[in-house]
Amino acid sequence: MTLNGKPVELDVPESRYLSEVLRNDLGLTGTKVGCNEAECGICTVLVDGTPVSSCVYPAFKARGANVETIENLSNNGSLHPLQQAFLEHGAVQCGICTSGMIMTAKALIDDKGTSLTEDDISVALKDTYCRCTGYHSVVRAIMQASGHDVAPSPPQTRPASAAIGQARPNPNARAKIEGSARFTDDYDFPGTLYARTKRSGVPHARIRSIETSAASALPGVRAVLTHEDVPGHKRHGLVIDDWPVLCGDKVRYSGDAVAIVAADSDDIAAAAVDLIEVDYDELAVVGDAIQAARSDAPLVHEGRDDGNLLKHIKVDKGDIEAGFAEADVIVEQTYRTQATEHMFLEPECSIGVPAGYDPTEFGGVLDAAAVRGETAQHDKITIYVGSQIPYQDRSQTAAALGVEPDEVRVVATLMGGGFGGKEDITGQIHAALLAEKTGRPVKMLYSRRESLLVHPKRHATVIRIRTGAKKDGRLTAVQATLYGDAGAYASLSEKVLGRATTHAAGPYDVPNVKVDCFAMYTNNAPSGALRGFGVTQSCFAVESNMDTLAEKLELDAVEIRRINALDVGKTTSTGQVMRESVGLNECIDKVAADMRGNDFRWTWEEGSSRFAWGVAVAYKNTGLGGGAVDKAGAEVEAWADAGKATRAEVRISSAEMGQGLPGVLAACAAEELGIPIESVNVLLGDTDFCPDGGPTTASRQTFVSGNAVRLAAQQAAEKLAIDGDHVLVRYDYEAPETQPLGSGGDMHVAFSFCAQAALVEIDMNTGEVHVRKVVAAHDVGRAINPLTIQGQIEGGIVMCIGFALTEHYIQEDGKPWTNVMARYKIPSITHTPAITSHIVEHSASTGPYGAKGVGELPSIPTAPAITNAIYRATGVRVCSLPVDQDELLRAMREGSSTVELAWGDREPIPAIVPGGKR
Amino acid sequence: MTTASTNRWEHYYTPATVAEALEILRRYDGRARVVGGGTDLLVETRRGLHRPVEAMVDVTHIEGLDVITSDEDNIVIGCGVTHSRIVRDARILKYGMCLSESCGVIGGPQVRNVGTLAGNVAHALPAGDGTIGLLALGGEIEVASDDGIRWMPLQDSFKGPGKSFIDRYRQILTRLRFRPTAAGEGSAHHRVMRPQGLCLPIISVGVRLQIDDANTITDARISMGPVGPVPYLAEPAMEVLVGGPATNEQFVRAAEVALENVELRTSKYRASREYREQMVRTYLPVILNRAVERANGAAS
Repeated sequence: MTLNGKPVELDVPESRYLSEVLRNDLGLTGTKVGCNEAECGICTVLVDGTPVSSCVYPAFKARGANVETIENLSNNGSLHPLQQAFLEHGAVQCGICTSGMIMTAKALIDDKGTSLTEDDISVALKDTYCRCTGYHSVVRAIMQASGHDVAPSPPQTRPASAAIGQARPNPNARAKIEGSARFTDDYDFPGTLYARTKRSGVPHARIRSIETSAASALPGVRAVLTHEDVPGHKRHGLVIDDWPVLCGDKVRYSGDAVAIVAADSDDIAAAAVDLIEVDYDELAVVGDAIQAARSDAPLVHEGRDDGNLLKHIKVDKGDIEAGFAEADVIVEQTYRTQATEHMFLEPECSIGVPAGYDPTEFGGVLDAAAVRGETAQHDKITIYVGSQIPYQDRSQTAAALGVEPDEVRVVATLMGGGFGGKEDITGQIHAALLAEKTGRPVKMLYSRRESLLVHPKRHATVIRIRTGAKKDGRLTAVQATLYGDAGAYASLSEKVLGRATTHAAGPYDVPNVKVDCFAMYTNNAPSGALRGFGVTQSCFAVESNMDTLAEKLELDAVEIRRINALDVGKTTSTGQVMRESVGLNECIDKVAADMRGNDFRWTWEEGSSRFAWGVAVAYKNTGLGGGAVDKAGAEVEAWADAGKATRAEVRISSAEMGQGLPGVLAACAAEELGIPIESVNVLLGDTDFCPDGGPTTASRQTFVSGNAVRLAAQQAAEKLAIDGDHVLVRYDYEAPETQPLGSGGDMHVAFSFCAQAALVEIDMNTGEVHVRKVVAAHDVGRAINPLTIQGQIEGGIVMCIGFALTEHYIQEDGKPWTNVMARYKIPSITHTPAITSHIVEHSASTGPYGAKGVGELPSIPTAPAITNAIYRATGVRVCSLPVDQDELLRAMREGSSTVELAWGDREPIPAIVPGGKR
Repeated sequence: MTTASTNRWEHYYTPATVAEALEILRRYDGRARVVGGGTDLLVETRRGLHRPVEAMVDVTHIEGLDVITSDEDNIVIGCGVTHSRIVRDARILKYGMCLSESCGVIGGPQVRNVGTLAGNVAHALPAGDGTIGLLALGGEIEVASDDGIRWMPLQDSFKGPGKSFIDRYRQILTRLRFRPTAAGEGSAHHRVMRPQGLCLPIISVGVRLQIDDANTITDARISMGPVGPVPYLAEPAMEVLVGGPATNEQFVRAAEVALENVELRTSKYRASREYREQMVRTYLPVILNRAVERANGAAS
């Protein structure tokens, strides 16, 4: 074939796919693979000028053809106009889809030239997924690249200083658009073995026996390990160590790991896994949180005093009885939210490299100067992984290996999306165990099916919520009962559902609040962190009730929120008095003004469609809070060599998953050192070189790691001024102390606030729902990089549109129906509405330059804004997500005012008893 | 349950002639399988949904079968022709609009750029959109085997859900054809999807109508899926239309008759029976009206 303009002759097996030949045989790793089932489009390359999914394109089909990949686009360091435009518009976040996106767009531009329209882009990119950007910046970039006058348009913010407030591309974006950025699977250590995991496939069973001899005997198999081969601690877990490294006595969900295999090739490993026989005694299954709470429910974990109750979380403020007695109107409703999946487009991958690994033994090269990567010395067991919490990967792996944490090294590679889904252990420990056992590098790459099966999901919840208000709209009381499906293992359930609980009265000043949340073990996939961290769920219930209340009180939907909005001097439901940085009212004002514009109508008809606006507001804590010590260590090293510009390196083990952290940290250091942002190199997440930046969760990195870097750089600048040409400063920052839930004190260091309005079109013939426009305002304290913040906001909104309309991770009696990507639809470019995004900046005095977190906030209120609009258009209140067009149409036709069922539910879901518990 | 297996073939052939392709199939005697674009087949094979084969015989490179041609009576589509090519083809846009529309909603661009109509037909899904479009046009297919070459009506090839009478281990669907719409004829296709989960239609409907100067329907074809195990030709509804006036009232009646003669089912993750029925009631008249507009319009 002709590849990127040059003839290539290859002798490869006829069974290979084009993506495999490009990546493995030719080392062109700019082409990524997301699903291996022609769903996600990130593997797109051009064959004779036509975009094809290389993951299902047989290599031999391309014989004699002209194949073009991302590596062909930039020419001697000068970027293709598309690459340049993607860079300038911030259309690159995690970067895993970028090459597929750009190649698909290139074919389009080659075909249409300047006649290209936004509709053409929407058609051409329909099946090329991006999970980060929300596609908005992608469309703008392609329009610009095709010759249209579309300049980057980051939201307006306060005037920038030298480095803070500057809209600029993330420092790693360039490598991503060129295809040279390396994600874990792009590493190719000489002598690598390939690993696979034997999954339980049954949701709840006792293991009678595990038979591995046939697998071990298969030629090419180098190791088969079971629970007996775990030398150290046999369980892991971020909060509670209840998750077996390898199951020995019992399995608790369909994705449980029972055995692991390392072999010479992935195909052999796969075949070996199929040869492992596990004999089970199947047990009755706990299928949902309500069932789990029944006294006769089977026990997921035996020997616990609380049965299946993982945690009962409570909020108690004021006098709830008195609050409702005082109310003129009370609204009560049960809402349900579904489990959802992160669908980061890069499946999990871990590579374990054994201590003393010598690449020269396998035909590789050893480079004494190399610090990490294929040519480097590895003096201790090292794991290469795209992880949100490198230091906890390290401690958990060390525990399983039975060694001290500093005897393990974790090198954080670029992450192709995380969204909370790469916080828990997946293949890290397994890859390390197999590397130790075999003395070879071991790569454990999950298939998309395995990724779907294994990693924690967003908690499905059932929320009964009662809201009381006076005639003038002032809230008097909110009472809520939440049941959250924690799945088989604890993961971060306690924390996630804790946030759902503390935020269950909304960003409002409510004098009397009582919330009881029951986190229940079930035999479903574990639930954990997913952007919004529980608040997405409770916000849906809170904001739906607020609209119902407004209607009953004949109040404007915007007005009722303004009346009750938190502000300086008001108190949250956990008793925290807000002293500063509450921009909610300004957010509401900005959104209302924009939405109301000219000729405003809440709802209208056009043909068979009905349009309507809906609004919702939200808040989200910044940082861990609740009394947890929230700290980050950072190193700043600076060189001021005579005659040369000062340069610096920032080292911190915090995770970049596309959100733009390196740019934020570089800006903080540059600001303090008084040097250009480009002169700061940011090294993230090598535990041997970078201090612990803590987990990348809870929208905390800009605040906590940003402060650590700011303060380290500040000291470095002072030292540089006094003496010298080279300084190294380490700063251990600890966020202001917080108080535990129930103490009534400051539970969090800061909150971010937002308001969103969604314009929705409903096809009255089909019940189909389309979001046409979203107007948003987010109070972020201070926008350190408006361009990457814009990306976070647009991406977050589109992700929440998915939560509202398209996404549902379905499990039936503990068995996932959603077992392939084709059964889980994330929003495609065709779901992307017009988005107007305003930035509001109410400084947080303890945040770096006033900044607070923004990562999760945008994906919280969009869903209720949409369902509030649906109600206004149709008179039907959707109480269960995702919105089911079938049920919506039925309700409209039958004149029913609520939809209680979600997609896939064909039987009513059992009711819950408020306040009820096991 | 496993997430592991990869199911590889050993050989991947791209024969240049039908004879060569048949020879390979004969040689492998059931251990080789015909593949078109492979956008369904290869994904399903990887998932372990088909028995593994030793060889794949890719028929998209066969000379003369990778083009769309037309003769006096027919527009002929070779088995190597992708959905994208059909969507763009000026003749099909003019003389077989519903096929263009139906192929245009299959998958995404990357799939349409590789997947073929012949593959869609051979896959025999109850609601393969391309198949529904061709069925409405009265399509025929050509099957080559060791016994020679024969044309057959498209609807005679369906055996069951995902099962065709074409033996994909020994026979090749080489060409597809349909009679172009003439003056007084029009065609249209529409489908309804849901945004979640399975990427399959809730209902996919194609129609072809012929009307005379007096606005009387002289010929009608209505194809629908999924309404049963195989793509469905709604003959009772067609009979209602032929001989009657091309009015919305008649079209509403045709939808009712169509519904009386099929048993739509509730499929848990696709749609309820009631919803499907409602979509047929709503959209069959809509697309019949659209076909009438096209029959009356300049572009057939």
